[in-house]
Amino acid sequence: MSGQTRLVEVRTKILKQNDVVARALRQEFQQAGVTVISLVSSPGTGKTAFLEVTLRSLRDRFRVAALVGDLATDNDACRLARAAVPIKQIITGTVCHLEAEMIHAALADWKLAELDFLFIENVGNLVCPASYDLGEDLRAVLFSVTEGEDKPLKYPTIFNTADIAIITKMDLAEAVEFNHDSARANIHAVRPGMQILEVSAKTGNGMNDWLELLNLRREQAIDSLEPVQI
Amino acid sequence: MHEMSIALCVLDFVEEEAARRSNAVVKAVHIKLGALSGVVKQALASAYDLAREGTNLANCELVIDELPIVVRCNVCGAECPAESIQNIRCSVCQSAEIDVVSGRELEVAALEIES
Ligand SMILES: [Zn+2]
Repeated sequence: MSGQTRLVEVRTKILKQNDVVARALRQEFQQAGVTVISLVSSPGTGKTAFLEVTLRSLRDRFRVAALVGDLATDNDACRLARAAVPIKQIITGTVCHLEAEMIHAALADWKLAELDFLFIENVGNLVCPASYDLGEDLRAVLFSVTEGEDKPLKYPTIFNTADIAIITKMDLAEAVEFNHDSARANIHAVRPGMQILEVSAKTGNGMNDWLELLNLRREQAIDSLEPVQI
Repeated sequence: MHEMSIALCVLDFVEEEAARRSNAVVKAVHIKLGALSGVVKQALASAYDLAREGTNLANCELVIDELPIVVRCNVCGAECPAESIQNIRCSVCQSAEIDVVSGRELEVAALEIES
């Protein structure tokens, strides 16, 4: 053996498998007419409280449900059950992010056509979820005023892959001397033009803007549906 | 860290490709890693070393080619590297009216196969 090698070009996405499943999910969601929103944040951002208020606010007018990714040690799903809408927990074990296949498996016994909104709460982590498409229509990245204005600069990739940034715990903004302008500038530095909402799940401030945005998303999704041929 | 999942995906892929090519010996796998891929080069290299140990691919090296963020500017028309990952704007005219054209790559580019 001469030990000679030849270079063979292959050009394949490493997460091709995930992308294939995510694409199929997206198509399934569209056909079922369900708008799918995923939430990513660090632990302690108040993502679960934010989701709970969202679910409570929507449940009278819409059919809503949520999938919650938890490490084996957490149990956000239990808290969310108080919102009295269908909730399913996805235990990821040691895996620090959700993958499209986990969503697919978790939805196996749910009828998507009976839902208007499906929320996916990712595992608390601002790094790992960035690479995984879950088939969602909208990805929201959350961070709280207590985490500091430079959060976007520390995690530029997740801000770059998300569609909207939500700053939570605005009720504490004054107490921690949160600087809105610098937070907004940092978000826009890593993701020019990104839409930003400032909310407090506790006082309800800003939640209306969020609900309005969800409504708008849903209407746009319905409008874009091709007329069904009979 | 998700770098371990990524490393396992790479090894699975190489194994499949080797099998498809009548069990070719793969000496190295070349991957492209964009700055916005969400994967850290060093963490991936370490995870890969751990993952390949004791497998058929224990001698298959990982070669990582890091790619910068390239933007197309909607103001001056330039296609250029972004200022930085923490400042994604046109490095020619400083405009933030840009589209990211590359930098999200997370792909296997090539295999070095023993002939
Ligand atoms: Zn420019």
